[in-house]
Amino acid sequence: MTVSCGVCFRGSSMSVQESDLNKKRMAKERWEREYGRAQKREADFTTISGMDVPPLADTEDLRGFDPDAEVGYPGQFPYTRGIHSTMYRSRLWTMRQFAGFGTPEDTNRRFKYLLSQGQTGLSTAFDMPTLMGYDCDSAMARGEVGREGVSVSSLEDMEILFDGINLDQVTTSMTVNCSASIVFAMYLVMAEKKGVSWDKLRGTLQNDMLKEFIAQREWISPPSPSVKIVIDVIEFCARHVRGWHPVSISGYHIREAGSTAVQELAFTIADGIGYVEESIKRGLDVDEFAPRLSFFFNVHNDFLEEVAKFRAARRMWAKIMRDRFGAKDPKSLTLKTHAQTAGASLTAQQPINNVARVTIQALAAVLGGTQSLHTNSMDETLALPTEEAVTVALRTQQIIAEESGVVNTIDPFGGSYLMESLTSRIEKEAFDYIDKIDRMGGIIASIEEGYPQKEIADAAYKYQRELDTGIKTIVGVNKYVEENEEIPIPLLKIEEEVETAQREKLADLKRRRDNKAVKSRLENILLAARRGDNLMPFIVDAVRDYATLGEISDIFREAYGFYRDPGYF
Amino acid sequence: MGQENRLRILIGKAGLDGHDRGVKIVARALRDAGFEVIYTGLHNTPEAIVETALQEDVDAVGLSILSGAHNYLFPEIIRLLEEKGLGDITVFGGGIIPKEDIDGLKQKGVKAVFEPGTSTDEIISWVRENVSPRVI
Repeated sequence: MTVSCGVCFRGSSMSVQESDLNKKRMAKERWEREYGRAQKREADFTTISGMDVPPLADTEDLRGFDPDAEVGYPGQFPYTRGIHSTMYRSRLWTMRQFAGFGTPEDTNRRFKYLLSQGQTGLSTAFDMPTLMGYDCDSAMARGEVGREGVSVSSLEDMEILFDGINLDQVTTSMTVNCSASIVFAMYLVMAEKKGVSWDKLRGTLQNDMLKEFIAQREWISPPSPSVKIVIDVIEFCARHVRGWHPVSISGYHIREAGSTAVQELAFTIADGIGYVEESIKRGLDVDEFAPRLSFFFNVHNDFLEEVAKFRAARRMWAKIMRDRFGAKDPKSLTLKTHAQTAGASLTAQQPINNVARVTIQALAAVLGGTQSLHTNSMDETLALPTEEAVTVALRTQQIIAEESGVVNTIDPFGGSYLMESLTSRIEKEAFDYIDKIDRMGGIIASIEEGYPQKEIADAAYKYQRELDTGIKTIVGVNKYVEENEEIPIPLLKIEEEVETAQREKLADLKRRRDNKAVKSRLENILLAARRGDNLMPFIVDAVRDYATLGEISDIFREAYGFYRDPGYF
Repeated sequence: MGQENRLRILIGKAGLDGHDRGVKIVARALRDAGFEVIYTGLHNTPEAIVETALQEDVDAVGLSILSGAHNYLFPEIIRLLEEKGLGDITVFGGGIIPKEDIDGLKQKGVKAVFEPGTSTDEIISWVRENVSPRVI
């Protein structure tokens, strides 16, 4: 790192210092003149989120900035430089490719393949019916079984999905939200039947309903009861499944819906505040559950903005947990995060270019200090990934980890004028949003008013207009376009038979199981819902008797009602 | 604004697919271009889409499908429209739809399928050129 001359002469006479300052001022003025005269490529330079970026950052940009307080050391408050003192020198991030398609048998094969290729954790993608609380035999599931993920309607499907996988040796992530409590109950009972005790289980349940209403849009019931069930899972895990992350507070989908980087950060942290507040209201002590909260951010193309976003996220969460909620356990203060490269940034045109985009994004996540990473496959704008495509995506992470060398120094951007000023600016703008949400009465109230939804829709529309008018570029889409291009890569096809096979299997299960027991288990969930009890123990009992995901979701619909999309645009 | 700008267009999401970034951008761009836009919101059955098309007297239905269920949802909605005597409503759409499926969808009556990367201006001009007011 270069050291300015002013520092070399520290302690010498005033006149020397003054002349140094003069020299520095003159150098800066000279640069400003030269820069001002020169022709520029664009009138305004902005990030992909529309944030102005300076041509150059220097000490001026850090005026008033206290690096000891705001940057500090890794593993120490405010964790700007990373949550661990050694970061990737001890252990690399978890390479976790999101996978799921077709039948549980199909996905089980993909899981085993990924583990055999050096992947270090599993991440399960469920199909839309599962994600929305419908069984594969529901009228709402027509045409969608196994298409966007794996179909899981019952404990039996869950048992097939994890057949032959040692649950005490891998960590499992499950991306599911409104039906998360049910899928998690199936996972717990499946583990129990394999003889793995709940305290040995490690993994993450997405279970973040607030961002569903803001962005991803999978729901059963309205926001308040939906959040109640999220807190049920947090409370249940704090008591019975202590190694598990009961919620993954997700900005990923907020960004995919078209938000800016600041909005992604702000709304995600606001959701986190919402869950902490609700858990405290439930009677939990903050340090009882906060160490197990985890996060999930998007990594988009604008490299420096993304690195800054991760650094700002850690600092904000540490301050909020300490100062707003009085958390004492250092683990409550650290923002642990998964990251996924931005699906919406990939292009159907010239899809091999996506490998380059994913590399840039993955590198930003690593320099941002992520704990876990999914790299998208080049074919994901066209279909679910083929085995070849997912292998390239995994290899991209391995190349960053084992060839690029960026993992060997902790937070290599720390101290950069631009990075520190960008981190502070993103933090400030995100805190402004959080203040506004607080004034609206908190995140649930603001979602009910449609505030984050409208902010995101505005940002998405603005960006699309910038693309349409050529202000922003996407290579191969609005610049360097190839006419009549053929897709040069093979695509994964999901056969129609998946739906039929799953339906038949479920019909068979419904004949074999003890239907009387199922009925009484379902009634118990309804009664518990009416009493306002924690539903988890009742859901666990129900899935153990093979009550299905759709049947339990129907109980939610009965107890709490449906949510309809207000359709803001 | 010309007569064609009075066109009423239903922009819809059918099935469980929750990807609504694109559909909302298209709805807004069409509205800003002067069309009357009715957006259904998410998670509609084909029956509900067709019912709304009937109630709202629309001239065209634009569907957004990113769930892979396009080969079921498009033909089903066209079948139901015809069943209700609404076969003259122009049906178009977009989303994640593999090229190899596009011809099949067109044969079943989908007038245009817009792929990822299409600009909103392209969609607006297509609607101007290809959708005419229905004679009711």
